[in-house]
Amino acid sequence: MPSYQLKINGSSKTVDADSDTPLMWVLRDQLGLVGAKYGCGIGQCGTCTIHIDGVATRSCLLLVSQSVGLDIVTIEGLSEKGDHPVQQAWKEVDVPQCGYCQSGQIMTAAAFLEKNSKPSTDEIRNAMQGNICRCASYNSIEKAVKLASDKLS
Amino acid sequence: MKTQDTLQFSRRSFLRTSALAGGGMIIGFNLFNACKPDVEPSIDLSQLNYNDFNAFIKISDEGKVTIFAPNPEIGQGVKTSMPMLIAEELDVAWKDVHVVQGALDTKNYTRQVAGGSQSLRQGWEPLRQTGATARQMLVNAAAAKWGVDASECNTKEGVITNANGDKLHYGEVVNEAAGLDVPENVKLKDPSDFSIIGQDISNVDIDEIVTGKPLFGFDYKREGMVYAAVLRPPAFGQKLVEFNDKNARAVNGVKDVVRFEDKIAVIAENTWAAFKGKDALKATWTQDSEAESTEFHDEKLMGLLDGNSFETLRKDGDVQKAFAEADKVLERTYESPFLPHNCMEPMNFFAHVTEEKIDLVGPIQTPAGTAMGIARKLGRDVSEVSLEMTRMGGGFGRRLYGDFAFEAADISNLTKLPVQVVFSRDDDMAAGIYRPAIKYRIAASIKDGKLTGYHLKEAAINSNMYGLIPNFFPAGALENYQVDVANYRSNITTGAWRAPYTNFLASCENSFFDELAELMEVDRIKLHLDLLEKVKGTTDERIQYSAERLQDVIKLAVEKSNWGKAKDGVHQGFSVYYCHNTHVAEVADIIMDNDFPIVKKVTVAVDCGIVVNPLGAKNQIVGGVIDGIGHAMYGELTFSDGEPQSTNFNTYQLIRMNQTPEVDVHFVKNNIAPTGLGEPTLPPVGGAVANAIYSATGKRIRKQPFINNLNLKEVIG
Repeated sequence: MPSYQLKINGSSKTVDADSDTPLMWVLRDQLGLVGAKYGCGIGQCGTCTIHIDGVATRSCLLLVSQSVGLDIVTIEGLSEKGDHPVQQAWKEVDVPQCGYCQSGQIMTAAAFLEKNSKPSTDEIRNAMQGNICRCASYNSIEKAVKLASDKLS
Repeated sequence: MKTQDTLQFSRRSFLRTSALAGGGMIIGFNLFNACKPDVEPSIDLSQLNYNDFNAFIKISDEGKVTIFAPNPEIGQGVKTSMPMLIAEELDVAWKDVHVVQGALDTKNYTRQVAGGSQSLRQGWEPLRQTGATARQMLVNAAAAKWGVDASECNTKEGVITNANGDKLHYGEVVNEAAGLDVPENVKLKDPSDFSIIGQDISNVDIDEIVTGKPLFGFDYKREGMVYAAVLRPPAFGQKLVEFNDKNARAVNGVKDVVRFEDKIAVIAENTWAAFKGKDALKATWTQDSEAESTEFHDEKLMGLLDGNSFETLRKDGDVQKAFAEADKVLERTYESPFLPHNCMEPMNFFAHVTEEKIDLVGPIQTPAGTAMGIARKLGRDVSEVSLEMTRMGGGFGRRLYGDFAFEAADISNLTKLPVQVVFSRDDDMAAGIYRPAIKYRIAASIKDGKLTGYHLKEAAINSNMYGLIPNFFPAGALENYQVDVANYRSNITTGAWRAPYTNFLASCENSFFDELAELMEVDRIKLHLDLLEKVKGTTDERIQYSAERLQDVIKLAVEKSNWGKAKDGVHQGFSVYYCHNTHVAEVADIIMDNDFPIVKKVTVAVDCGIVVNPLGAKNQIVGGVIDGIGHAMYGELTFSDGEPQSTNFNTYQLIRMNQTPEVDVHFVKNNIAPTGLGEPTLPPVGGAVANAIYSATGKRIRKQPFINNLNLKEVIG
C-alpha cells in the first residue's frame, strides 16, 4: 500500500492508503478528522467540503494520491478556537437543525467570502447552492453568510 | 385564556432527590413517566433507585446546574427546549445551565422516543413541575436556615432572598435541600413571569457542530472497530441465490465476507474498502414476489379508487344522497409518488455482540424497541443489551425503523467483531422505508350555493391514513361527510415520513377547496371561515382541531401576507391545516420567470400555543415549509421491475438554496400550553404553491412532483 505525505491544517501527516481512496475517507477513518461528512460520495451534496489551497473542494472526489503537495484545510483547522467569522455568524444566527451538513456549508461559505467579501443576496444563493440541507435551514444559512460578510469587512 | 392539555401525573412517581457524595444535589426524574402519563411504568415504584430514572438535574455546591437530557435529538431541538422548561421553574439563569446528553443504556433507560412532534406538548406540565419542585426544596432549606417561613422567600437566577435582605445561592443550600421531603402542590409561574421560556436560546450543541466535532453515528469510532457494507437485493421482492466474493476479498483492507439472510456483508478496515468490496461482489438474485413498477402502482391505486373495496373511517349523514340531490358535484383525483427520506447522514449503526453482552451505538429514534427486538432476535435477554444514542443527521421518520441496527447486530453476532454498518447514499436511497405512493379522490356536492357533502377516498401502497386524521377539517363542518381508505399490499417497504399520513393529504384538500370556492363563486377565505363557524361548540370528541384557532391563523396569514393585495406579477395561493396538535395557515407568493413558477415568499401564521424557544421554533417552521416545497416540486422515487430508479443526488432532486423562498413567520400570541413544530408546517405548503400556480397560469396541478406537470424543459438554477 503506497504512503502519502499530506499537509493538513498546517501539519504534515503520513498515511498509507490505496491510491484511489478519496481524501474524505482518509480524513475520516484514518486521521479522525470527521468534520468533513459523508453525504453522497459523488460531489452532489457538499457535506464533505474542505479547502484545497483556499478553494472549496469536495473531499469525496479528490483522491489521496492527488492531494500530495496541496494545502488542505478541514473545518477542524478553519480557526483555532472555533471563532472564524463564519463560525461566529453561524452561532449568532443559530443555523443548525440536525447539524450534519453544516461543516460543509461553513467551509463553502468561508472560501466564498474569501473571494467575495461583499456578496449580493443572489451571489450568496448561487454560491451556496451546491450544499444540500434536508432540514432546509437555507434561510438561516443565507442570513449567516450575510452576517459573516459584515464581520469580515 | 385557559390552559388546556394539562396532563395529570403523580409527582412521587417520577421525582427523587439526594445529596451527592462530592457535594451538591441530584434530582432524578422519570421523563418517560412524566411525558407519557397514560403509560404505566413497568417497574415497582416503591423500589425506585437512580438507575430507574432517565433524566437528572444536578446542582453543584457552586450552584451550577447540569441537566442530563435523554431524548433522541434529530434536529428538532428538544435537547435545548426541554431543559429550558426545567430551568425556567427552577429559576436559574440559562447561562448557568449545562445540558448533557444522558449516558444511555437499555437496562436502565428503556423508554425514549422521538416522533410525532409530541415532546414539548407532553413535557410541558411535568418538566416545569420538576423544576418548580426542586426550587421549592431549595427555598424550604433556606427558610429553615434563616428560621423564616418559606412563603416569605423569593428566588431569582439561582439566588434565594428573604424580606430581611438575606441572600443564599442554591449551591449553599443544596446539601440540606437534598434531605427534605419532596413537596406536593408546588405553584407554577404565571406565564408573564417567564424569563427563559419565550427567549431565543441557541442550540446547545452549536459549538461542537460548527467546529466539526464527532457527534453523529457516522463519526463513531471504537478500538478494533471494523466497517461493514451490505449488499442487499437490488430490487424489492428478490432473494439471494448465490454469490462469488473472490474479487471482493482481493480488495485491500477487506477482512471477511459473510452472508446473512438475503444479504452479503463485506467487512473491512475502513469505509472505503468496505464500499469497494461490496461493489466487487458478484451475486445472483431471483425474483420471489411481484417485480413492481410505477405504472403497476398507478394502475393498482387507480383501480382501488374506482372500486368498492374501501374501509370507511368516518361517516356522517349520507354523502350518496347529498350527491344525488346536488346541483353541482366537483370530483378531483390527486396523485403522489414514493418519497425516500434522504437524511443527510446515511443510515449506520455500531454493534458488538459478545458472550457477555450486546453493545449498540448509533442514531436511532426508537432505541428501546430496537434494543428489545435485537435481544429477541439473537435469543438474548434485554438486560444484556446496552444502547447509546448519538446525535442524528436527520430523522424525518426513517430512524424510527431499526433495520440498520439489526443488520449491525446480525453481522457482529456472526463475526463477534465490533462492527459499524455503513450505508452508502445509494444503499440509503435503495433500501428505504418510503413514504408510500398515495392517490386521493375528493368529491363535494353543492346545492343552492351551499356545500352539502364531502367524500374523501384514499388509495395507498401498504397503508396510510389512520387514527384521528379522518376527523380533521372539514370533518365536523358538514352534515354529510365520509372518509374511505383502501390499500394495495406491496413488497416495497413503506413507513412514516415527516408529517406521516398528512404530508400529501393537506396539499390535496387545500387545492380542492381552492377549486371548490371557485366553482361556488365564493371567496376562498370566507368559505373556510364560514365552515369553521359551524364547527364551534362541537361535542364530537374525535374533533381535536379548534375552529377558533384555525380561524385566527387564517386571519393572521391573510393580514401579514397582504392577501388579495399582492403587487403586479406576484401570484398568491392560500392553505390552512391542523395536524400534530398545531394550527397553521400559509400564503405562497410566486412570480413567473420564463413560464416557470418561482416561490418568492411564504407567509406562515402558526398557533403552537406558548412559543418556548422562538429561535428554535422559527427554524422548525421555516425548515418544514421549504422542505415541503422541495418535495412537492421535485420529490419523486419511481420503480422499474422492483428497482428504485434514483439512488443518489445526481438523479434525485432535493431543494437547494437558490430555489428557496423567504419564509415569514408569525405566531398567534396566547398562553395556551405549547404544541410541537417539527412537522405541522410541511403538509399545507404544497397546496399553497399549487393554488398560487393556478392563480398565475390558470392550470391546476393535481399530481406531485409539480415539476413533471409544468410542461417545462428545464429546472430553475
